[in-house]
Amino acid sequence: MQITSPAFKENARTALADPQLQKALVHVRSGFIDKRVKAMDALPEFDALRDSARAIKDHTLTHLDLYLERYEEKVREAGGVVHWAETADDARSVVLEICRAAGARTVTKGKSMITEEIGLNDFLEKEGVRPVETDLGEYIIQLRGEHPSHIIAPAVHVTRDQVEADFRREHDHLRPDRDLSEPEALLGEARRVLRAEYFSADVGITGANFLVAETGSSVIVTNEGNGDLTQILPRVHVVIASIEKVVPTLEDMSQILRLLARSATGQDMSVYTTVSTGPRRPDDPDGPEEYHVILLDNGRSSMLGTEFQDMLRCIRCGACMNHCPVYHAVGGHAYGWVYPGPMGAVLTPSLAGIDKSGHLPNASTFCGRCEAVCPMHIPLPKMMRHWREREFARGLNPATQRYGLRAWALFARHPRLYRLATSLALPALSFFTARRPRFRYLPLAGGWTRNRDLPAPPSRTFMQQWREREAEKQGAHA
Amino acid sequence: MSDEIRKPPRVGLFVTCLVDLFRPSVGFASVKLLEDAGCNVEVPMAQTCCGQPAYNSGDRDDTVAIARNTIEAFEEFDYVVAPSGSCAGMLKKHYPALFKGDAHWETRAAAFAARVHELMSFLVDVLGMEKVDAVHEGTVTYHDSCAGLRELGIAGQPRRLLSSVSGLEMREMRDADVCCGFGGTFCVKYPDISNRIVEEKTSNIKASGAETLLAGDLGCLMNMAGKLQRQGMDVKVRHVAEVLAGMGDTPAIGKGNR
Ligand code: SF4
Repeated sequence: MQITSPAFKENARTALADPQLQKALVHVRSGFIDKRVKAMDALPEFDALRDSARAIKDHTLTHLDLYLERYEEKVREAGGVVHWAETADDARSVVLEICRAAGARTVTKGKSMITEEIGLNDFLEKEGVRPVETDLGEYIIQLRGEHPSHIIAPAVHVTRDQVEADFRREHDHLRPDRDLSEPEALLGEARRVLRAEYFSADVGITGANFLVAETGSSVIVTNEGNGDLTQILPRVHVVIASIEKVVPTLEDMSQILRLLARSATGQDMSVYTTVSTGPRRPDDPDGPEEYHVILLDNGRSSMLGTEFQDMLRCIRCGACMNHCPVYHAVGGHAYGWVYPGPMGAVLTPSLAGIDKSGHLPNASTFCGRCEAVCPMHIPLPKMMRHWREREFARGLNPATQRYGLRAWALFARHPRLYRLATSLALPALSFFTARRPRFRYLPLAGGWTRNRDLPAPPSRTFMQQWREREAEKQGAHA
Repeated sequence: MSDEIRKPPRVGLFVTCLVDLFRPSVGFASVKLLEDAGCNVEVPMAQTCCGQPAYNSGDRDDTVAIARNTIEAFEEFDYVVAPSGSCAGMLKKHYPALFKGDAHWETRAAAFAARVHELMSFLVDVLGMEKVDAVHEGTVTYHDSCAGLRELGIAGQPRRLLSSVSGLEMREMRDADVCCGFGGTFCVKYPDISNRIVEEKTSNIKASGAETLLAGDLGCLMNMAGKLQRQGMDVKVRHVAEVLAGMGDTPAIGKGNR
C-alpha cells in the first residue's frame, strides 16, 4: 500500500473538511465507547484478565523463537505447511505460488489487516488472480477502491447512503425499485453476491487473531461467519499471520479472547470464533484439502528487545483509536498507511520507517486515553515519545521547531536568565495588548491565534509579584 | 493523634511556567489554600518549567538538565505542590523514568517524586481537607484535564471541594474526561486538529448550561477560554483553585489580569 503518512497534515485538513466523513465519525465517538464500558462493567475480573493477558504475551515474546518452532512443528503434524516470510515481498510470492499451484482464478478473503499490510489485493489483481473480500466492511471498501480506515471496522468512514449508492452502481442486477434503506437490506444484498463467490473460489485466505503453539491451530473471530465460509469451502486455505500472533496454549488464547471482543465492540464474544488445525482429516465432514500458514516478520523481529517490544502485545482490538480524540477528528485514512490511530502511530514508524511517518507519533495530545483502555496495557504515549526522541536525535523534525526548542531550553535550564527574560517579556507583551484582555492575533503565535484568542498576560510575572509580597512582609516585620 | 505540637509542613510551590506568565492569581490562590490548611508555603526562585515542552518533543538532554534543576531547587521541602496535573505528573511520574540507569539521580528523583503532589490531590488526599470556606454564586462545570485524571487519578477531589462552596451549583458536561485538544505543543503543531477537538469540547461546555468553566490545568483552560471567546460564547473560565480560594471575583481568563 502506498504510504501517504508524510502528507498527514494535508490529509487531516482534507478529512476535517469532508462532511460525509465527519458524519460517519460520529458513530465511532459514541457507539464503541459506551458499549465497551458496559461490557467491562459486567465483568468484574476484567482488570485481572488484562494483567494476565499482558503476562502471557510478555512471556511469549521473550521466548518467541521457541513458540514459533513448536507451532510450526504442530502445524506439520496436522498436515499443514508453514512458510516463513521475512518481508512483504516474500509473503506475496508465497501466496502467488500457492494460487498458481492450485490453478486459482478467484480467491476469497476473510478480513485481514496483514494482507493490507503486504498490499495483497493489488498484487494478486496484477497477477491475474481476482481477490474477493467477504467481510461486509471490506467488501464495501473493495467496491469503492479504498483501504480500511479502522482495523476492526474497515468501512467506518462510509455512511449508509454512500454504501447504497455503491451497491446500485456496482451491482448490475439491482432493480431501481429495490428497497435498500435498511442496513439489513444492504447486508442481505452483499450476502447474495458473496454466496456465489464462495463456491467459485479456489483458494481462501484469512488472517489470524491467534496462533496456538500447543496445537498448531489458527484462530479467527468474526461477526458475519464469512471467515468460516472463506476457509472451509475452497480447496486450499491460506493463513497469513505475523509472528507475534502466537500464544503458547489454547487456555492462553481463550483468556486473551475474553478481552478482545469486549474491548473492540463491547460484545462478550464475537459471533464466530473459528479454530482451524491443518487440512480436512478423513472423517471430517468438510474443510480444505490443503492448509498453508505464512508466518510474516516484516520488521517485527527488529522490535524485539527494544523500547517498542511492548507494541507486539497488540491484539488489534481497535479500542485505542475508538477512544482517540485525534482519530475522532480526522478518521483513519489521514494516517496514511495500514494502521491508524495510536497503535498505528507506534507501529507505522517501526514497520514503514520513521522518516516517512514522523507526523504520526507527533500528532498526539498525550491525553493517555488509549493507554487507559488498551486491554494489553500497551504504553502507547510512552512509545510515541520514544519515536519523538529518535526523531530528535536524528535531526528529523523541522529546523524551526528544533531551534525554537533549543532557544527556549537555554532559558529553562538557567533559572536566573529565565527570570530576567520573563520579567522583560511581559511588559513588552502588555505594550502589544494595550490593556486589551486578549489577543486575536500575535506574531509567531499564529498556530494558536488562528483558531482561538490568547489571554493577555499580566504586566508582571507571579514570581515578581510574589517577591514583592515577601519583601513587604519582611518590611512589615522589621 | 499525638499531643506533641506538629510543625506545619513546609511546602514548596511549583508555580508552573504558564501560571507564572499568564495567570499569577492561580499561584496566589494556591498559596492561600495551602496556608489556610496550615502549611508554610515557599516559592523557590530557582524554578522555571517542568520541562514538558522539551520532553514531549523528544529532547531528552534538555529535559534531564531542567529536571535536575527542579529536583535540586525543591529538595529541602516536605512537599512539592503544583496547581497543575500535567506538571505534577511530569515531576512525579516522568522524572524518575528519565533517570533510569543513573543510580544517583534515580534515587534522588524517586525521593523527590514521592513528595510531589498536584494541588487538589494534596489538599484532599494528603491533608484530608473536606471543605473550603468560599462562596461562589452560580453554575459551574468541570473539565478533567488528561494528565491529572489519568496519571494522578484526580477526579473526585476537586468536585468534592467544589461541592462545599456555598452558592455553587455543579452542572456536569458530557465527556468531561475527554481531551480538550491542547496537548502542549500539539495545539500549535497541529492547529487544525486541535481546533476540531476543542470545538467538540466547547459545544459540550455550552450544552451543560454552566456559567463558569473550571479545570485544574492552565494550558487546557487557556485553550478552552480562547476558543469560547473566539466563538463569542459568554462562559467565564477559571482555574478551580481560584474558586476554592474564594478568589472567583477576579477577572476570568481572557477577561483581564491583575
Ligand atoms: S494497542 Fe491496545 S487498544 Fe490499540 S489495538 Fe492494540 S491491543 Fe487494542
